[in-house]
Amino acid sequence: MNKERYKEITNEIVPKEDKLKNGITAFIVGGFVGLLGQIIVSVLEGNFDVTHKDATSIMIIILIFIASLCTALGFFDNLVSKAKAGLIVPITGFAHAMTSSMIDYKKEGLITGIGANAFKLTGSVILYGVVSAYIFGIIRYLFFGG
Amino acid sequence: MTINFNNVYLKVAATVAGKDEKEGSFGKLYDRTYDDYYTGCKTFEQSEMKMIDDSVTIALNKANLKIDNIDVIIGADLSNQVTANSYSSIKFNRPYIGLYNACASMCEEFIVGASLLQDEGIKNILLNVSSHNMTAERQFRNPVEYGCPKPKRSTFTVTGAASSIITNEKTNIKVSSVSIGTTTDLGVTDVYDMGSVMAPSAARTIYEHLTETNTTVDDYDLILTGDLGVYGKEILKEYMKETYDIDLKNKHEDSACIIYDRKNQPQVKAGGSGPACLALVTYCDVLNKMKNGKLKKVLLVATGALMSPTMNNQKLSIPSISHAVTLEVVK
Repeated sequence: MNKERYKEITNEIVPKEDKLKNGITAFIVGGFVGLLGQIIVSVLEGNFDVTHKDATSIMIIILIFIASLCTALGFFDNLVSKAKAGLIVPITGFAHAMTSSMIDYKKEGLITGIGANAFKLTGSVILYGVVSAYIFGIIRYLFFGG
Repeated sequence: MTINFNNVYLKVAATVAGKDEKEGSFGKLYDRTYDDYYTGCKTFEQSEMKMIDDSVTIALNKANLKIDNIDVIIGADLSNQVTANSYSSIKFNRPYIGLYNACASMCEEFIVGASLLQDEGIKNILLNVSSHNMTAERQFRNPVEYGCPKPKRSTFTVTGAASSIITNEKTNIKVSSVSIGTTTDLGVTDVYDMGSVMAPSAARTIYEHLTETNTTVDDYDLILTGDLGVYGKEILKEYMKETYDIDLKNKHEDSACIIYDRKNQPQVKAGGSGPACLALVTYCDVLNKMKNGKLKKVLLVATGALMSPTMNNQKLSIPSISHAVTLEVVK
């Protein structure tokens, strides 16, 4: 049997992922994470006399803390897999990826374990995040006057 | 390549399994089960070593043997450097061979072990296979606490270890023939879809075994494949019909599909996987049925995806291998 015919057979039998359902789940859960972020920002601005810029930074730190703590407590992975991309795309997913890598390599030492593997999953995000920030920064500076 | 044997028998088998397997279909049949992934050890890798240790102890007790009566130990697992078995072998202090054919290792051990038993100086060979969900997950995929959503076609690595002792003394269960499989690759690159990767090699090995032993599907009471999963099982059936014109009828079962209670354990998705999957099902369920006279001749087909994350990143497709062993009840 050639590869093309085999692909036809496997495509027929292996089920496709339910992209619409997964998308809706991710949309709703991701939306709630956004809502939570907005509530934190509003509370900070309204009650604690914090500027909008500072409030968003504090909100991000709070979300990172919650995601990391829940990962460390061991139940966040189940939530993440149920919420599909809903918890991975927001900053909670980034925190979860980093914390889970660090927990995984904890027993292999601070340097060779945690240090070497903390960015195992998130290294690409950081690298290409910084690179694209530079590129878009330059575009903005050159064409939109900074 | 099929080799027939006339002097190889299965003496005893022992199984230990983790918590997901305990909740599965054969939970009560395992010799020992554990309630967590650590089994009282500091790391998952060390826990896999402990499981091997325990299953060896149970097997030796059942056979009424001491470790010094074992001439050669053969060990296989999924981890790099066959870590769990190699590190456990220090304690046993007996001649040791470590093998790797991913999930096809159980039958590979039978092939090597049975061949060694042709030497008159060798009497008892201990075969160990193990896999641990967490060590496999860490090595092949993501950190264990990372909750990446898994597709329906993915399988769940079995946590457990199984030991068996094969010997040239006559027992009721004879290892009558083995087939060495050929590596097959039909261009599947999806790391989650091991069923599609392995089905062609399973089909080829079954076909070659049947042809070379002059038998048909009807001569066997059961053809048990390793870890194709529910979709891989379907693919195998289709592929056998189309390529070799062989109908597996209702003789075929797949260990991955029956080891867990898939309705109540949705986390296992398409079923179990790992070298321990076939071993646990065979040594608990199949051997029991053979002893009770429900099954007389069984063809075991261990299916292995020889997946390397490195090669997968280099965009090469995943090769697979399957080896077969025939077990027969003799009087």
